[in-house]
Amino acid sequence: MDATNITSPIQQNKKLIGFFAVASTIFAVVVVLGLLLTMLGNFVIEGVPGLSWDFITQAPRNNNQEGGIFPAIYGTTLLVLTMTMLGVPIGTITAIYLNEYANPNSFFSRLILFAVNSLAGVPSIVFGLFGVGFFIQFFGAGLDSLFNPSKVIWGQPAIIWASATLAVLTLPVVIISVNEALRSVPVSLREASLALGATKFQTIWKIVLPNSLTGILTGSILAIGRGAGEVAPIIFVGAVYSMPGLPNKLNDQFMHLGYHLFVLSTQSPNVEKTIPIQFATTLVLLLLTFVLSLTAIIIRSRLTKQLQG
Amino acid sequence: MNKTSLLVKKENRWFETTIEFVIKSVASLSIILIFLIFLFVFRESFSLFQSKNSTVSTQVYSAPKVYNPESGTLKVKEALKKESSKTSITVWDTFFDSVWQPVGDNPKYGVLPLLIGTLKVTLIALLIGAPLGILAAICTSFFISAKWRNIIKPAIELLASMPSVVIGFFCLIIIASLTKDLFGLDLRLNALVGGIGLAIAIIPIIFTITDDALQTVPKTLREASLALGATEWQTAFKVMLPAATPGVFSAVLLGFGRAFGETMIALMATGNAALISMNPAGSVRTLAATIGAEMGEVIWGSDHYGILFLLGSILFLISFGINIVLEFYIKTRLLQKIQGKVG
Amino acid sequence: MAKQINQIKVKASDFCVYYGAKQALKDISMDILEKQVTALIGPSGCGKSTFLRSINRMNDLIPSAKFQGKIIIDETDVFNPSVDVVQLRRQVGMVFQKSTPFPKSIYDNIAYGLQLNQRISRSDLDDIVEQSLKGAALWEEVKNRLNDSALGLSGGQQQRLCIARAIAVNPEIVLMDEPCSALDPISTAKVEELITELKSKYTIILVTHNMQQAARVSDYTAFFYMGNLIEFDKTRTIFTEPNKKETEDYITGRFG
Repeated sequence: MDATNITSPIQQNKKLIGFFAVASTIFAVVVVLGLLLTMLGNFVIEGVPGLSWDFITQAPRNNNQEGGIFPAIYGTTLLVLTMTMLGVPIGTITAIYLNEYANPNSFFSRLILFAVNSLAGVPSIVFGLFGVGFFIQFFGAGLDSLFNPSKVIWGQPAIIWASATLAVLTLPVVIISVNEALRSVPVSLREASLALGATKFQTIWKIVLPNSLTGILTGSILAIGRGAGEVAPIIFVGAVYSMPGLPNKLNDQFMHLGYHLFVLSTQSPNVEKTIPIQFATTLVLLLLTFVLSLTAIIIRSRLTKQLQG
Repeated sequence: MNKTSLLVKKENRWFETTIEFVIKSVASLSIILIFLIFLFVFRESFSLFQSKNSTVSTQVYSAPKVYNPESGTLKVKEALKKESSKTSITVWDTFFDSVWQPVGDNPKYGVLPLLIGTLKVTLIALLIGAPLGILAAICTSFFISAKWRNIIKPAIELLASMPSVVIGFFCLIIIASLTKDLFGLDLRLNALVGGIGLAIAIIPIIFTITDDALQTVPKTLREASLALGATEWQTAFKVMLPAATPGVFSAVLLGFGRAFGETMIALMATGNAALISMNPAGSVRTLAATIGAEMGEVIWGSDHYGILFLLGSILFLISFGINIVLEFYIKTRLLQKIQGKVG
Repeated sequence: MAKQINQIKVKASDFCVYYGAKQALKDISMDILEKQVTALIGPSGCGKSTFLRSINRMNDLIPSAKFQGKIIIDETDVFNPSVDVVQLRRQVGMVFQKSTPFPKSIYDNIAYGLQLNQRISRSDLDDIVEQSLKGAALWEEVKNRLNDSALGLSGGQQQRLCIARAIAVNPEIVLMDEPCSALDPISTAKVEELITELKSKYTIILVTHNMQQAARVSDYTAFFYMGNLIEFDKTRTIFTEPNKKETEDYITGRFG
């Protein structure tokens, strides 16, 4: 019997199931992309009118209900830069160890990878508690009791502790992405260098690292994007809703875009009135985090294309 | 000719040795950090375990402070002595109660409503997010051209970098009104709105991991199935998806972990009332949101403070447990499954 | 070829290599003479590359590799624990199958090995770079673009650059691991010519799967098969009247 010429009811049924199966997956993609576009569209449409030069360069006025958000932009930027300086070196060195020194099957390197994965899964609020328990109560207060027992200088919420907390939070992002970059450096280059009588560290320093700079950059950018958007870990480690002036010492507190948005939209006395400011703040925060992530995604896809072809 | 160059003249490479030691030490920081996180989060809740006998707990923190984020100041609270004598009944008496009411003359620290609330929102998030993420991954893996895949995949990954406070804000302003009108709900903020927000947060995670898992299934399997006369959709759903089950399972598990511990979305979109109910349109208060909302106002060193750190320890242990399951169960299963099918 | 007595430069005695439980080389004993080209031939997987990479201990990079027996350069066993691997590799240059120029300028590629552990004045460096490039018959082609990226060179030029880079540090032995397998016939001819010239200054050990190449450029040939050294003799002897049946079968193309 030639089945292709006869469309039996069973086959028609199957065709129908097939159609719905494929349609459901396309539907899922459309819903997800639709969500993304709705969000972005909304933020752009509602946020752009609130944006102005004054908005991003002025301090807030009238209990944050008017004026700009410059202190929050400044605080967020300072926060992620300090975070990068603390976290990226540690993450890069860890990735170098995993990729260049460790035997990948050894218990120690598997333990490190397990720890990195675990770190990536810890809820961000727990990092905030860690910031309080370790950096402020243990480390900061410890410094105080050692050097100036009578005063509280380090044992309080501050931008340095918030940065350190975020550095721990973004450590897995850096490690995983630098590791990827190191792996993409061909083994033959390392061998050629070693065969010329270079030591292991000379090879890493002069050949491997220069060839994975893009990867390290991508890792840093991803970490910054992630760190700039995190609010939960910093609520009680140093972020404030308003403060006079800008932070200029490591133990100052700071204003933060995300925290600003959170308080404005949930806890301010007149939520309705500040909605344009909320949208504009969202847009600025998104520009900061999204543009960074987008850059990282593009660099990374270029990198993988280079590797494949 | 330099015949002098005999090899037995090992240079003392102290620099190499030192640098390797330093690198190894820095690399072990990740392991140390995981320990420290648990240790120091749990340590802050120690006072709870001592307060049964006396009020020693308060002496551990010689200068309990209250941290007020609104004014950004730090005060030494004199009234603490009164506070501690009051709570000497111990917090454990109310720990398994159904009421969470940490402030007031007679504080109640029942975690049950928080736990149930968290599970409820997480379940809603998974019911929405898991099918969408998995189906989208199937679509981009099998049913569309490489050109579209190269657009859609980064777009969904971009969604992953959306800060949770922004998703929370979106739910608060847009989704809340939308669902209220659509289903005629009484409350703007409720478990459903929070669940949708968390779903937005976990869809990219589930999508990416499912996609990875589908990509690691050997191509030969797909070709074999197609060669036997199966259609594309039959191959995708009946051959490839089952072959990637462990990967899909780990995707859902990681999504669960993320939703369970997410703070800002839950804080902004769920309404934050600590009620026990099965109504998806009811307001809930999650564990993480409780910490986020109350840490700012709590007296540092008090029972309430300790309880919040205990909740944090619970969140940590759950996420750590999920990672152990992934590491020791699923990874081996995934390997076995793929290798078993090929071999 | 004028009869002359060369000293033994590299001497292997009962040398074995294991990768985990698998034995890759079995009791290799051979004497490699100074300032001669010695070719190692045999089917893939026969152990010829393993042997080559043992001479400058590049196989140390494979965690599961274990070694037994000796490889003696001049009077020193390279596996002697007091041997400094980095020193060893400075004296034993190596050229790989795939050309591996560093993504740096042509000049910096040559200078890399020189600057690793000493400070050299710019004028000395210029001299050595020029000498090395001339030694590798590449000078005329690149002298006007020394600061261009080495990645812009053709495959054959890249391979000669790698040879120049290897001889810049003034090694005594140069190991070549199938240096022409990725090159076109014209580039191959150039590299082969170069090998013959380099012989006056360096001891060259060449792994090749191309028997004509071994016949053309080498003075001695060793035939490896399944981890054993089957036969080792003057190249002419190996190709005209081999002692062993396996050797004859291989060079006449009956297997491999």
